[in-house]
Amino acid sequence: MNAIVIDRLTKVYRSAWFGRPPMPALDGLSLSVQQGEIYGFLGPNGSGKTTTLKILMGLMRATSGNAEILGKPLDDVQIRHRIGFLPEAPYFYEYLTAEEFLAFYGNLAGLERSGLARKITQMLDLVGLAEARTRPLRKFSKGMLQRIGLAQALIHDPELVVLDEPMSGLDPVGRMQVRDLILSLRDQGKTVFFSTHIIPDVEMICDRVAIVVKGKLLAEGRVDELVNPGHAQSVEVVCEGIKAGEVATIRAAASRVLQRGDHSLVVLPGPDQVEPVLSAIRAEGGRLVSVTPQKGSLEDLFMKRSGAPIDGPGRQRDVGGSAE
Amino acid sequence: MQRVAVIALNTFRENLRDKILYNLLFFVLLLMGGSVLLADLTIMEHRRIVTDMGLATMNLAGVVIAVFVGIGLVGKEIERRTVYTILARPISRTQFVLGKYLGLVLTLLVNVTFMLAVFLVTLWAYKTPLHAALFQAVGLIFVELLLVTALALFFSTFSTATLSAIMTLGFYVIGHLTTDLKGLAENSQHAAVQTVVTGLYYVWPNLEVLNVKGQAATNALVDMSYVATASMYGLLYAALLLTAACAVFRDRDF
Ligand SMILES: Nc1ncnc2c1ncn2[C@@H]1O[C@H](COP(=O)(O)OP(=O)(O)OP(=O)(O)O)[C@@H](O)[C@H]1O
Ligand SMILES: [Mg+2]
Repeated sequence: MNAIVIDRLTKVYRSAWFGRPPMPALDGLSLSVQQGEIYGFLGPNGSGKTTTLKILMGLMRATSGNAEILGKPLDDVQIRHRIGFLPEAPYFYEYLTAEEFLAFYGNLAGLERSGLARKITQMLDLVGLAEARTRPLRKFSKGMLQRIGLAQALIHDPELVVLDEPMSGLDPVGRMQVRDLILSLRDQGKTVFFSTHIIPDVEMICDRVAIVVKGKLLAEGRVDELVNPGHAQSVEVVCEGIKAGEVATIRAAASRVLQRGDHSLVVLPGPDQVEPVLSAIRAEGGRLVSVTPQKGSLEDLFMKRSGAPIDGPGRQRDVGGSAE
Repeated sequence: MQRVAVIALNTFRENLRDKILYNLLFFVLLLMGGSVLLADLTIMEHRRIVTDMGLATMNLAGVVIAVFVGIGLVGKEIERRTVYTILARPISRTQFVLGKYLGLVLTLLVNVTFMLAVFLVTLWAYKTPLHAALFQAVGLIFVELLLVTALALFFSTFSTATLSAIMTLGFYVIGHLTTDLKGLAENSQHAAVQTVVTGLYYVWPNLEVLNVKGQAATNALVDMSYVATASMYGLLYAALLLTAACAVFRDRDF
């Protein structure tokens, strides 16, 4: 069963000036999100992620194409009982306190008055804002707003959660907490569909991803399929104290060996070669410095297919190569 | 219906937390107090001056709230993107617009009641006997406020705050001068101008119909059937504007 089906969605924003042909923000985008999975919607700035999510949430209409959410058309207002939404860089009623704010959204969702107070406490604990309960949102930091926004999206226990850049504005601890939160939502059987342009966010937690560039779908599938289609991951081994290139076993196993001073970098084509090479290093009296599986990153895929650069520390994985 | 109430009550709460409202009420108190002083200084009939000034102040303060809060009702929500999370809830856009409108109506009701209370105390302090015509005038002022709020809301669904304010105030001022429009049409030489101006006269909200402040000041009771007809006119016009506002809002992209 699909939680979201998007079928050839196109959105052309009306341009302010007549005559200038507007560029479509979405150009025949199709994808589907299965129930119970974490689905990452990845794309560079301006690729149409927010546009897609807004259309899904009924905030704007597509120029053409169709979409369904939980098996119902988008204009079905009742379906939103079962959906939670966090917009990009959310801005909320700043005259409300955290508690009043959540009560407002709980009431909008039609929650019973009796259970509401308990639910609010639970949500504030979940996003780590328990002490800010009676503080007005006017005094919230950006990251706190992002957190209370998450709480708002989850207060009515929705089965589908749609998040537009949920980690933006959060510190590293906050990012990790949100990742854990998303994982726990899936463990509760919920579906999570979220957009981001940060690759590691997607690689770590998503079951499947879609990559969108300039409103078009570049790829859709499981992260490992997209990143390493058909072949095992390469592994980089760094050791010191020996000249790895002069050891026959290592040279035979490696696809590449680089030497710089006392350090050797050995690139192995797959995880199977790791054990023999480690033994050889030990036998030669070398010291192991590191073993790093080289996932081809989504970024590589990205650069290859679109030529568009994207944020993310993925490139730093090439640093070992600069030893040449 | 429950969702409309949730939006309305939250809007009411937002208005109550807005400091501008209190500044305005302070200003109202000043004016009403001032009218008493003024009445002392003139040789004219005290009662009349106090009633005139009091009603005018109530009307003005109400219109200021209706216009300046009214244009922000939906406009600010769009501008600040607070609509995103609300419209993502099981609430239709029509329910949202109605909720916002009713929230401000509630604010106006509380304000007008408060101003009326102050006003009555002023009159009482002056030992002026109350006359039913006063309540007729206040009732029709409130109908006017319902209409002006609907105007402001309507404009704000498709234009900026500044433009909405200008248009609403424009409609308000001309709405009190429509009788002049009719005169203009009758005096015009050109048939085309006559048709257009006469057309405008009938289409434009005629707010002067809702103004019986003069009668109240002279203790002249207005015919109840007139009050009923005028109220119906104002309410129908407001309903029409609200329907249009909902229609525009329904078709908007955010
Ligand atoms: N309201 C609008 N009017 C006109 N063009 C718009 C509007 N909103 C977005 N666009 C255009 O549509 C394209 C897609 O924008 P969108 O906001 O969906 O991108 P995004 O993938 O969410 O980007 P980001 O990562 O920066 O949030 C961009 O080229 C943008 O300029
Ligand atoms: Mg975006």
